[in-house]
Amino acid sequence: MVAKQAIETKPDAAKPALPRLATVWFGGCSGCHMSFLDLDEFLIELATKVELVFSPVMDVKEYPENVDVCLIEGAICNEDNLELLHKIRERTKVLISFGDCAVTANVPAIRNQLGLGNAESVLQRAYIECAQTNPSLPKEPGIVPPLLPRVMPVHEAVQVNYFLPGCPPPADRIKALLVPLLDGVEPKLEGLQLKFG
Amino acid sequence: MAQRIVIDPVTRIEGHAKISIFIDDAGNVSDAEFHVVEFRGFEKFCEGRPYSEMPGITPRICGICPVSHLLAAAKAGDAIMAVNIPPAADKLRRLMHLGQIIQRHALSFFHLSAPDFLLGWDTPPAKRNVFGLIASNADLARAGIRLRQFGQEIIQILGGQKIHPAWAVPGGVRSPLTEEGRARIRAWLPEAYATTKTAFDLFKKTLETHKKEVQTFGNFPSLFMGLVDPDGGWEHHGGKLRFTDSSGSIIADQLDPQKYYEYISEAVQGSSYLKSPYYSPLGFPDGMYRVGPLARLNVAEQMGTPKADAELKKFKKLTRGRSAVTSSFHYHYARLIEILTCIERVEAALDDADLLSEDLRADAGINSLRGVGVSEAPRGTLFHDYTVDRDGLLKKVNLIVATGQNNLAMNQTVAQIARYYVRGNKILEPMLNRVEHGIRCYDPCLSCSTHAVGQMPLHVQLIAPDGTVLHEVARG
Repeated sequence: MVAKQAIETKPDAAKPALPRLATVWFGGCSGCHMSFLDLDEFLIELATKVELVFSPVMDVKEYPENVDVCLIEGAICNEDNLELLHKIRERTKVLISFGDCAVTANVPAIRNQLGLGNAESVLQRAYIECAQTNPSLPKEPGIVPPLLPRVMPVHEAVQVNYFLPGCPPPADRIKALLVPLLDGVEPKLEGLQLKFG
Repeated sequence: MAQRIVIDPVTRIEGHAKISIFIDDAGNVSDAEFHVVEFRGFEKFCEGRPYSEMPGITPRICGICPVSHLLAAAKAGDAIMAVNIPPAADKLRRLMHLGQIIQRHALSFFHLSAPDFLLGWDTPPAKRNVFGLIASNADLARAGIRLRQFGQEIIQILGGQKIHPAWAVPGGVRSPLTEEGRARIRAWLPEAYATTKTAFDLFKKTLETHKKEVQTFGNFPSLFMGLVDPDGGWEHHGGKLRFTDSSGSIIADQLDPQKYYEYISEAVQGSSYLKSPYYSPLGFPDGMYRVGPLARLNVAEQMGTPKADAELKKFKKLTRGRSAVTSSFHYHYARLIEILTCIERVEAALDDADLLSEDLRADAGINSLRGVGVSEAPRGTLFHDYTVDRDGLLKKVNLIVATGQNNLAMNQTVAQIARYYVRGNKILEPMLNRVEHGIRCYDPCLSCSTHAVGQMPLHVQLIAPDGTVLHEVARG
């Protein structure tokens, strides 16, 4: 399922092209990425199975073209999130909603329960009521992205190929999805592997 | 011609951020600003929920230091019930928090920061990360990964899972340590000590070749704040607050952390979702203080464990005892000393029979309408402040997190590095990486502060006032 393709910037042309993996986070706690790092020594093996092309743990500034698999952590909370998400969808074959915030919008979406004007309401509390000096809303254009009126799960904005629930999904569950996928085999998650929370 | 360089996105140092660098007519850096661009609104949307849910909700502020939020939330709950928790519960909470500090500091050192100074500032960006470290020194990378794993295992052994364990509650904790868990933790100790020694050796060599970085990476006077025990020793979970200044003098001591609002205020800057707390008596922005490992070591007179105390003595000699250690590059050094004391404290704790006790929870109704819980999260002092009604439903929540308290210092740090390394109209990638590293020193947690981990992908444009792009650098 995951096409193996040539990688332009590959330093060692002698090695076969590896699947191009990206990880990204939006509105969340980074816990799913921490769980990814909980793969521990398997990370060393993973480094031989994939080319990591974009991730919070590396220095790449622009989401690249021709990504095979992207793990998306977090809910869609602000305009920057939404813009990047659309770019990711265009440039990626397989999107995985990675963890409960991506799958359901989870904790960040609690603000939706405040109803219309929820974004203004949460901002008001933090930057006006809980501030002693210069109480005001941060809003420098082009710098501070406006909050969306409602927090969304990833699939509300773009098509998602796989859902990996959990808060966070433990490392063995990430492995159970990722390894077959990277080997070009359809992953099957069932039973406890589909547990929320 | 004055210009503004916007580093956008400085994503992923645990969250989402940007940096602006302002260049004056002569081509010199006049200032720089750090912007945090993510916000979720916990302080508002928790209103109306029972305070007892907070140890479940607030760890989701940050999956990197969830235990610090878990414990601060539980402690705020202790205060609302007005109970003293059983001694065993306090010791178990401390043990889990030591695991938290070890894993977070190992992550900061090995996974995020070391690639800069071990692989080199000028290493191609695509290689300058933990996978580059795996490729160049697999043994070291493996050791670092396993040191983090050790911390995570402690959390899992106590709480059932590594991230977001449902374990601490108002009044105590859910379950004790088991004999089997104790044996598993003990088995890790020799390797944890060995890896920490390796890290010390590497970092001390790094210091010899990074004198310029020490001089320019956030090296300026400021206040420092951290918890200390009654003897002025290092603390991470209990104790009272101490402020010292950059000469090393104590300016306030044994302050009740539950009354933080009497001496800490918060300022808003329109260009960031991250607020800037300051020490109220000195006002804004003169009341700038730093928190986290560097601050804790500056305020502490001793670490309280033998190996770490020997290292603390060497650390304090960096300035020949004449002043506090004021360079933020030494956050890395301080982090290693804290890892060491945490391992020693874990070892010492394991012999305590209380850890196996079943007396773990005090129960009570609502006895105080306001409760403040405080802990030293890996990157600095964390405050959870809850006001409830008679039924225990939250009426008001204020959170002051570690990273915010370093906001003023992080701004000053990026400005100092930019002034030193950025010249004229030509931007070079390694320069940007150094500016970023200035932020990395603080190991910020922007999910916590509002929300942003890891490395920052960069897109820098040098834009003339008329909008012309003079120069553009994309890293990756």
